[in-house]
Amino acid sequence: MQELRVKISGFGGQGIILSSYIVGKAAAIFDGKNSSMTQAYGPEARGGACSSQVVISDEEIDYPLVDVANVLIAMSQEAYDKFLPILKKKGILLYDTDLVKEVQIHNEIVAKAIPATRLAEEMGKKIVANIVMLGFATAQTKISSYDAMKSSIKESVPARFIELNMKAFQIGYDYIGD
Amino acid sequence: MQNKIPTHPMEDYLRMDRMPHIWCPSCGLGSIVTAFMKGVKNAGIDLNKLALVSGIGCTGRVAGYVKLDSYHTTHGRAIPFATGMKMANQDLTVAVISGDGDLFAIGGNHLIHAARRNMDLNVICVNNFIYGMTGGQNAPTTPLGAYSSTAPYGNYEQPFNLVGLAAAAGSSYVARWTALHLQRIQDSIEEMAKKKGFCFLEIISPCATVFARKNKGGTGLDLLQDYKRRSSIDHNADPQKIPLDMDGEIVCGVFVNDEKPTFAENVEKGTSRKVKEHPLYVQDRKDQEV
Amino acid sequence: MKQSNLHGEFFMQGNIACAEAALSAGCRFFGGYPITPASEIAERMAFRLPQVGGSFVQFEDEIASMASILGASWAGVKSMTASSGPGISLMLENIGLGIMMETPCVVVNVQRGSPSTGLPTSWGQSDMMQARFGSHGDYGVIALAPKSPQEYFDLTIVAFNYAEKYRLPVFVTSDAIVGHMTEKVYIPPVDELEIINRKYTNKKPGDYQPYTIEPGQWVSDFAKAGDGYLYHSTGLTHDERGYPDMSEACHIQLVNRLIDKIKMNVDDIILLEERDLDDADVVVVTFGTTARTVVPGINLAKKKGIKVGFLRLITVWPFPEQKIRDLAKHVKGFVVPEINMGQIVLEVERCAGGVLTKSLPHPGGGIHDFKDVAKAIEEVAYAK
Repeated sequence: MQELRVKISGFGGQGIILSSYIVGKAAAIFDGKNSSMTQAYGPEARGGACSSQVVISDEEIDYPLVDVANVLIAMSQEAYDKFLPILKKKGILLYDTDLVKEVQIHNEIVAKAIPATRLAEEMGKKIVANIVMLGFATAQTKISSYDAMKSSIKESVPARFIELNMKAFQIGYDYIGD
Repeated sequence: MQNKIPTHPMEDYLRMDRMPHIWCPSCGLGSIVTAFMKGVKNAGIDLNKLALVSGIGCTGRVAGYVKLDSYHTTHGRAIPFATGMKMANQDLTVAVISGDGDLFAIGGNHLIHAARRNMDLNVICVNNFIYGMTGGQNAPTTPLGAYSSTAPYGNYEQPFNLVGLAAAAGSSYVARWTALHLQRIQDSIEEMAKKKGFCFLEIISPCATVFARKNKGGTGLDLLQDYKRRSSIDHNADPQKIPLDMDGEIVCGVFVNDEKPTFAENVEKGTSRKVKEHPLYVQDRKDQEV
Repeated sequence: MKQSNLHGEFFMQGNIACAEAALSAGCRFFGGYPITPASEIAERMAFRLPQVGGSFVQFEDEIASMASILGASWAGVKSMTASSGPGISLMLENIGLGIMMETPCVVVNVQRGSPSTGLPTSWGQSDMMQARFGSHGDYGVIALAPKSPQEYFDLTIVAFNYAEKYRLPVFVTSDAIVGHMTEKVYIPPVDELEIINRKYTNKKPGDYQPYTIEPGQWVSDFAKAGDGYLYHSTGLTHDERGYPDMSEACHIQLVNRLIDKIKMNVDDIILLEERDLDDADVVVVTFGTTARTVVPGINLAKKKGIKVGFLRLITVWPFPEQKIRDLAKHVKGFVVPEINMGQIVLEVERCAGGVLTKSLPHPGGGIHDFKDVAKAIEEVAYAK
């Protein structure tokens, strides 16, 4: 497998950092790969915008930052506007339909949309929107195997919310992208 | 043949191989050290388990002369050094002896915070109103109008009232004596050694070499006579209301003697249940020592 | 019975790995003050130390924090503090005391953009000379620079070992990238770790002097407060008894030993990562996370046919002088990329003996453009 560089971005409170942590942990601990997660720094962390990044590889990871991404997960318009330029050709863009409205998709990338936040709200817990998105990402990209992602989520959320998060993951995983 | 040298009464408690000490004739420190050692001995504590920490300055040199585990640290930092010692080994009694400049100028922040935490330390501040070792510069205790080498026209600053400050910051025990009250000092040291929490003792001490010289105070003996004239004892005095000046009353006494939980007790109380329930809790702690 | 540490395989942040390493090494006291990007270490220690019978104190400032870990060490407990540039500046006073009293302890500097308040949330490597020369006076120093959370763990253990072996405050000079980076960290059970514990004297009180150096040793055996040795220690120049001695002879002997105990043991202390050095024309000398971020640049230069060697200073201080001297005999030159305006390059230049040494500085807040790294390598490779 080639190196996979993943950028996850949105705004504070969406669980962006936790999402990266879960993705990285799924790869490093449950898929037997290497992964490196770094958080947003400097100006990126301002104005409520929030981003984090994970590199996943079978090899040792030298360069840990994501200046060019294979996968971009955008949970806000600002995130989309800011990070679309770093998405590689043939890269995959996953975005929240209701939060990223102005989309100009060109045919050099693969774009898939999911109303993650709305689906989470329908479950009665808006807070699991990030997990819905991770389920969707697991189905649509090679960031993680199904089992690894589930295990990683289980170990990363409070025990009493595991069931809820598993449900959210499955809803995202089963969603046919727009 | 040499005559047999008479034994010094404090020989068991002092590093005799470091005598003579560097303090000036008529300085209060010699008798204060004696009172300190007698006080801790009377308290009945194991002197092997008593650590003494000093900062820098004339009083900072006390650590070098007592036969104890003793540490002569950096200027103003004796209290945090002592805090580390106490928190690393609760079996130790940890005392700090330092001067007014060391504890209240450069080390002032450490003192008020250690008092706020009620850290289990015995802090003795020898106040001579001036920086002695460096040649008589202004201290945070120098009375308004007093002369020092950096206040050649008289001091413009309001001095700290040390007992007021120590009490306000949360000390469990606050006392003030002059170097003339040696028995009282000894008793206070004994009380402090037995007592938990942050204990603070201010000792007004003569500096004939610089303070008296710059302020026409006469000899060391003159200074002691002045203390005798000016001092009174009032345990009920409000420590906030007894600041010192050049010529006024020196109100002495034990102003604060409270029982309240120490930092370490609060840690134990606050964490014990939560910690023990945690899966990472290590039960057998015997092998923790390094 | 040996106590168990937290062990296993974790997806763990660098700063957390550092704290866990300290606990595995036997650290039982942490004195600290909050500062970005180092606070996670203090937070972890506040959470974990009570679980293992240790103590955590958040102090009023970094001056007190540093003084406290010296006191704790003298009371017989391994101790640590962690901060970033502005806090380390305040600690340097008592780091000097630790050097002079020969006090084992570990100081972690999670470097950020500097000078002054600089870039609190971003990274830099600009405190390397501060680690070397920051406190006043002449002395030997040890600084270790991790490139990953795993190595952050490993080197923190090594730092504690060096601290005990050579009796001084040892720096772990990490940075905001590795501090906040999360990767797989394997923590072995504590009995599988190589841990050096304090060497206490076996002499009786009365026979013991705190600074008597036995033949074949560079430092003296320890006695801790409360064991009945009733010894004295001071930041003043002191003799074997620990007593102040203001003579020139005593000062010469003491200062020389503080330097020589490091200098004469560089083979034991210096850790390096070497790649492709044997037939290299250009050697990139690097340390910390920069060793990772410059790899694409090195690869680009290699693609262009340049023989590029890679030397990573895991131990930055003491500096591997002999290694650079040896390499200088057969390479065309050195390139030294660092997230500062040229600090370690001065050392490389000093040892390179006139061999071309190119500084690739960056003031912090970002990383080198890999194309600049490749360009610098090319410039050295094709220099006339």
